[in-house]
Amino acid sequence: MLLAQLRPAIVSFILLTVLTGVLYPLAVTGIAQSVFHKQAQGSLIVSGEGRIVGSTLIGQNFDDPKYLWGRLSATSPVYNASSSSGSNLGPSNSALTDNVKARVAALKAVDPNNTALIPVDLVTASGSGLDPHISLAAAYYQLARVARVRGLSEEAVKNIITQHTDGRFLGVIGEPVVNVLGVNLTLDGYRS
Amino acid sequence: MNFNNCIQTGIFLLVLLLLVKPLGIYMGRIYEGKPSGLNVWFSSIEKMIYRLCGVKTEQGMSWKEYALAMMIFNLLGIVVLYVIQRFQASLLLNPMAMPAVAPDLAFNTAVSFVTNTNWQSYGGESTLSYLTQMLGLTVQNFVSAATGMAILVVVIRGFVQRQMATIGNFWVDLVRTTLYILLPLSLVLAIVLVAQGVPQTFDSSVKATLAQATKDSTGKLVTEQVIALGPVASQIAIKQLGTNGGGYFNANSAHPYENPTPLTNFLEMLAILLIPAALCYTFGYMVRDRRQGWAILAAMLLIFIPCLLVSVSIEQKGNPLLNRLGVQQSFSELQPGGNMEGKEARLGIVNSSIWSVATTAASNGSVNAMHDSFMPLGGLMAMWLMQLGEVIFGGVGCGLYGMLAFIIVAVFIAGLMIGRTPEYLGKKIEAFEMKMASLVALIPHMFILIPTALALMLPVGKAAIANPGPHGFSEILYAFSSAANNNGSAFAGVSTNTLFYNIALGLAMFFSRFWLAIPMLAIAGSLSHKKIVPASQGTLPTHTPLFVVFLAIVVLVVGALTFFPALALGPIVEHLMLTSSS
Repeated sequence: MLLAQLRPAIVSFILLTVLTGVLYPLAVTGIAQSVFHKQAQGSLIVSGEGRIVGSTLIGQNFDDPKYLWGRLSATSPVYNASSSSGSNLGPSNSALTDNVKARVAALKAVDPNNTALIPVDLVTASGSGLDPHISLAAAYYQLARVARVRGLSEEAVKNIITQHTDGRFLGVIGEPVVNVLGVNLTLDGYRS
Repeated sequence: MNFNNCIQTGIFLLVLLLLVKPLGIYMGRIYEGKPSGLNVWFSSIEKMIYRLCGVKTEQGMSWKEYALAMMIFNLLGIVVLYVIQRFQASLLLNPMAMPAVAPDLAFNTAVSFVTNTNWQSYGGESTLSYLTQMLGLTVQNFVSAATGMAILVVVIRGFVQRQMATIGNFWVDLVRTTLYILLPLSLVLAIVLVAQGVPQTFDSSVKATLAQATKDSTGKLVTEQVIALGPVASQIAIKQLGTNGGGYFNANSAHPYENPTPLTNFLEMLAILLIPAALCYTFGYMVRDRRQGWAILAAMLLIFIPCLLVSVSIEQKGNPLLNRLGVQQSFSELQPGGNMEGKEARLGIVNSSIWSVATTAASNGSVNAMHDSFMPLGGLMAMWLMQLGEVIFGGVGCGLYGMLAFIIVAVFIAGLMIGRTPEYLGKKIEAFEMKMASLVALIPHMFILIPTALALMLPVGKAAIANPGPHGFSEILYAFSSAANNNGSAFAGVSTNTLFYNIALGLAMFFSRFWLAIPMLAIAGSLSHKKIVPASQGTLPTHTPLFVVFLAIVVLVVGALTFFPALALGPIVEHLMLTSSS
């Protein structure tokens, strides 16, 4: 009985491996590369000189007051796109509250006159450590600071933020977000 | 529950329920061999596979032969996957020059993917070559799912057939599931995912120049970001559809490359529950009484929806410890608010909570937010849904056959209460079926509680804990709840890439997968032999709301009573500490 099942086991394993482990990924790659080449390559942002300056889907770290800041990142070093990770700090862990306190202090230090409550996504670490987005509230919280440091009008900064805002899918699914790297590259006068 | 949370939850459930019937009928027709498009167009490929394998499709197997074929195929899978990992350094498609995977980790990973668990003690992008991900993991994502569905179909046949000694052919069930159900759905989903931004390439990682240089922990200047890529989309599609859950990247579907937009999140979340929910309809279709399928689905939803509502509202409330720190946690049109630690901005609270409940109700185990950082009761919902035995949707195939074991227990208890011989769908439930069903209901409990106790007594066990206090206990309890129910999600702060955990979790995954599958095949064999007793006035109807509620209560009582003491020491006490300290 055992030997009778050995041949089908080995042969079906090989055939299903070819089908699902070779042909299927190759078929997806073929279609992806020809129809959605940019996305299939990681939605990379390439500068005028042909240098890769990031990906629209992968966040970068910003702590200069002239930039919009993103989520905290628990990877090492921060925003390490070859080793994604969350903080995995439990809600009752004092390390979590310490991180939040430090972040609140850092945000206050560069914008001492801002007395508004700080949106929670700006003081917490994302799940991936690579979150490219923040909420609209988190972007507006920093708007006046960025405008002041750069000597721009708040109106101009707000326009840039709006330009890099993604709404909900069909107006209902997901949450509206601002792409941090997109805003900062535009602020720096980057042209693709 | 604000309006935003209600509407997004509602749309998700509605779309899921709309797809149950068409996919349920399609799968039923495939398993019954009725012409349904794909199995006509690709029948020559199917026949060629059988010819090369030397399989005679009309030849049925006894349940023991079926179990043997299933075990040989799966053991072969473990060996091959182990070997690929050990030799990946010298094989093709390794552009990042990943070294061989350590023996204990390779064992754990091989068992994990063959048992449809996809527990990951490693970080994908920093451990595995493209070849290992494709030829090793993607293949097992398909065939482990197909194995679960094949066993379910056999159990269904057990109820349908009269006085038959054979229960079908494993190779036929395996090939049909892969070829006509899993492959086409994955292909479509993978293409949509790429269109939305999930990478699919064989190029190696790229280096990007950072807009603002940063410093690493040693104070060294970092000016570049190395962005890991790969054939991601093809693996993500099947890991969601086949209730596998093993991510391409360490952060799983929280990673913007695995789950870039609200649309991909919606589809991936739908894919978690799609096949398990539709299989309920397939069940009703194949037993020629569709009400029975709806009844099972209703019992599942009766437990699923309350857990979902609790999780969303708890996470939306946020962390009371942050309220004093000048942080805004309330929902507004401009921000989701709530407990955002470990969650992604584009997904917010509601989509992270729905996912956490869906992925643990079904034994998928992929995550789009870090469960370790959920509020105590949010994490409790996830943990408890696994501990119920992965029968609320559960894994593809294995969730429903687990639920059928609970139905056997339920009709037995009901039979005792009304003094009738218990029967289900005209088949008498006797001592043998009850023994096997009890094994299925109780074995996972053993593999959760005993290893958890053991780990907490050993220094190597406690060394894995990341968070202090009761939360640390929850991490260990969660790990074994996940492994022993073939879920694969984690309170991921826990460091389980050690000899002790790789072996302990590996054994828990192995035994609770096959020690459940084989008794279910035995039940199928036994039922298949029996006559069908015509329904009489004394027959307990199993499609009524009364039975639905009764079934849900049986599942809850078994799960709740076993785990309440353990849960009280972990998430419940942590919740009380948090609320009293604020």
